[in-house]
Amino acid sequence: MCVPHPHVEIRGISKRFGGAQALADIHLTIERGTVHALVGENGAGKSTLGKIISGVIQPDSGELIVEGRPVRFASPREALEGGIAMIQQEIALVPKLTVLKNVFLGIETNHGGVLQERDTRRRFDELNHRTGFDLPADRLVSSLSIAEQKKVEILKAIARNAQLLVMDEPTAALPDDEAAKLMEIVRSLRKAGTTIVYVSHFLKEVLSVADDITVLRNSQFIQTTSAKDESPESLVVAMLGRAISMTFPPKTFHQADAPVVFSVEALSRGEIIKDITFNIRAGEIVGLAGLVGSGRSEVARAIFGADRKSSGILKIDGKEVQINDPGDAVAAGIAFLPESRKTQGLLMRLPIGHNVTLPHLKSISRGQVIQEGKEIRQTTRLLQELDVRPPQPRERVDSLSGGNQQKVLFGKWLFQRPRLLIADEPTHGVDVGAKLAIYQLITSLTKEGLAVLLISSELEEVMGLAHRVLVIRQGRIVAEFKDSLDGQSSLTEDVIMRAAFAAE
Amino acid sequence: MSNSNKKMSDFLRTKFGALRQYGIIFAFVAVFTILSSMTDAFATKRNMLNVLDQASQVGLASLGATVTIIGGGFDLSLGSVYAASGATAAIIAKAGYPELGLATGMLLGLLLGFINGLIITKFRVNSFVATLASGLVIRGIAYVLTDGLLIQVKDERFAALGRGYLLDAKIPVYFFFGFAVLVWFLLSRTTFGRYVYAIGGNEEAARLSGVRTDLVRTLTFAISGLSAGIAGVIGASRISTGQANVGDPITLSAIAAVVIGGTSIVGGEGAVWRTIFGVMLLQLISNGMNINAVPPFYQLIVQGAVILFAVTLDAIRQRRA
Repeated sequence: MCVPHPHVEIRGISKRFGGAQALADIHLTIERGTVHALVGENGAGKSTLGKIISGVIQPDSGELIVEGRPVRFASPREALEGGIAMIQQEIALVPKLTVLKNVFLGIETNHGGVLQERDTRRRFDELNHRTGFDLPADRLVSSLSIAEQKKVEILKAIARNAQLLVMDEPTAALPDDEAAKLMEIVRSLRKAGTTIVYVSHFLKEVLSVADDITVLRNSQFIQTTSAKDESPESLVVAMLGRAISMTFPPKTFHQADAPVVFSVEALSRGEIIKDITFNIRAGEIVGLAGLVGSGRSEVARAIFGADRKSSGILKIDGKEVQINDPGDAVAAGIAFLPESRKTQGLLMRLPIGHNVTLPHLKSISRGQVIQEGKEIRQTTRLLQELDVRPPQPRERVDSLSGGNQQKVLFGKWLFQRPRLLIADEPTHGVDVGAKLAIYQLITSLTKEGLAVLLISSELEEVMGLAHRVLVIRQGRIVAEFKDSLDGQSSLTEDVIMRAAFAAE
Repeated sequence: MSNSNKKMSDFLRTKFGALRQYGIIFAFVAVFTILSSMTDAFATKRNMLNVLDQASQVGLASLGATVTIIGGGFDLSLGSVYAASGATAAIIAKAGYPELGLATGMLLGLLLGFINGLIITKFRVNSFVATLASGLVIRGIAYVLTDGLLIQVKDERFAALGRGYLLDAKIPVYFFFGFAVLVWFLLSRTTFGRYVYAIGGNEEAARLSGVRTDLVRTLTFAISGLSAGIAGVIGASRISTGQANVGDPITLSAIAAVVIGGTSIVGGEGAVWRTIFGVMLLQLISNGMNINAVPPFYQLIVQGAVILFAVTLDAIRQRRA
């Protein structure tokens, strides 16, 4: 009886999304008044866990125990009644209202619907004082910096009596100085007795602010340790594990003097990507590694013409190509699998066949008239080749599983073989079986002499497939590692992570 | 969940799916049957040809609206283009060139639609607002051209388009169906049609597939303008008069017909046959009420209710999907 209950206990929580396991049997204890960090690679399950604690999503099984009592939060609202709030990665405030109105939105002091401005203001001053935030009550939220907007969100949660805040990547959108301010806020909240669950992949930040650190990997709980016993290196080891659990198809090495299929020189886009230069030979897979927000995807989009570049020369098979929009890129033989299948890659409500042929309609048309018989025959054959189930071009894309949708996305860019295939997160949200199939597909394409640019936040994937890895940090290539046949490979997870995090 | 339970829910889903998919046909058949049983004058060849003729102008405009709506846009300038085209045709006809007037009026619609498309794609403005504004400008131009007067054309050749017959049907009916076949062909058989559906479904995904989205969207508004231009010229020819203050109701009737047919207002889905049924259903209802001497005020209420019903169905479909 004298032993106080921990603030939150998680017992055996599991969660699946469709075919993919997001969390498997997680056990974890969060002590009151501590900052508890959740770290792991992208997709390890840390955000999912944060969302379960705050009622944004519900677990499939397992127990959530708050202050000794088992609870089931059906919604964020119910979690808030239990004193738990989440500060999401994206700001969720009404930009055209004042700070004060945002903080008390829906919980204004009122008598029969008439607002009691003076009392609301008194409550605001009290909160401001208690947290030491010093926020201006009457400024419009839209006129504040992102860090200050985060403060407003925190104040809003505390105004609703939240005693535990889940913060998902709170500094992801912040410049360094604002991030430092936010860390101060986290420390002062802890001092005032608030419990913080801090979800982040910035290891230095986590080490400086957290009391306890829990590492998740591949949806599994790995360890909870005290922050003072950890270093960036030890956390990286824990996050990655030692063994590569996936089996990759054996790499086929292209000839060292294979012709250069694609090259890019001095590609820049404003301040976002700077001076990117590299080339890819026939049959070569080049991986782009880096943290989310490092500029990896932006490099791909600029090459493909999806974003306007400020400078840069692109060559396909040695000939310079002008690429101002994706239409130019497709005409030049470049294919691009974007990172989001649902919002950028496929037209979910349209038939599979229409998706596959969309970039290649000219090849199956006479004049401008589509030859549908030809379309159906050729797409059916391609779908069978890629083992899409079912291989029915007339079915809608959204009737397929995630893995099969991803194969359709590949089919869309292989209907006519490109010279360069850019794949951004090619196995995002697919199950293990489909992953292996996609790895084999990419490997087999290189045998046809394609050049492949591979982007993935799963390091294993980049390591397992790429012949060469370029590490991007803050929009620049900061390191290059080669794999080679003779076992003298410089390509290890450790060196890539160090370069990506700039941990020396 | 037990297996039989799952089968049951699958069964219900496909049944409701069919109702949602083909609801417009059921509604059309139901209204047709009810009206036939109420008066003998309804289901006659003469009345049916009359209904088709009356539907032709809204029908043409609704075909244009079908293209813009599937492409994820809205054209609220249809009525203004209708007036400007009719007025221009009348002015040229009055000067002694009736055929040239009719052709110019139609082409003016095409041109105005093309300009709409350019404004929307070059300046990245919401098409709803852009065409609301351009519609005001176009109507203003129509007033300037006509000086606010009725332009009456005595030449019989001008009236032939709107009032002439070919076999038993009036000429406008052929324009309506001819244009329907053209739009059907474009949307379902050509690369252009594929691009329209793709853009309406997800413009960014279409762009990342190499589709020249700006060009395609511009063309959808050009087609829409042309449809209103043809309808406007037919309207002027029918009464041998060009005027600036006509066509306002046609915009909303055309969009209503598209929605009632079951084409989704969020874009990326829909078909020409749906719009034809939508137009004819609206026309049957108003014809049936005319024959049964229902006062026109009530007709408005019924039309509004039918449209509300259709958009509600669409909203439910979007939510389930």
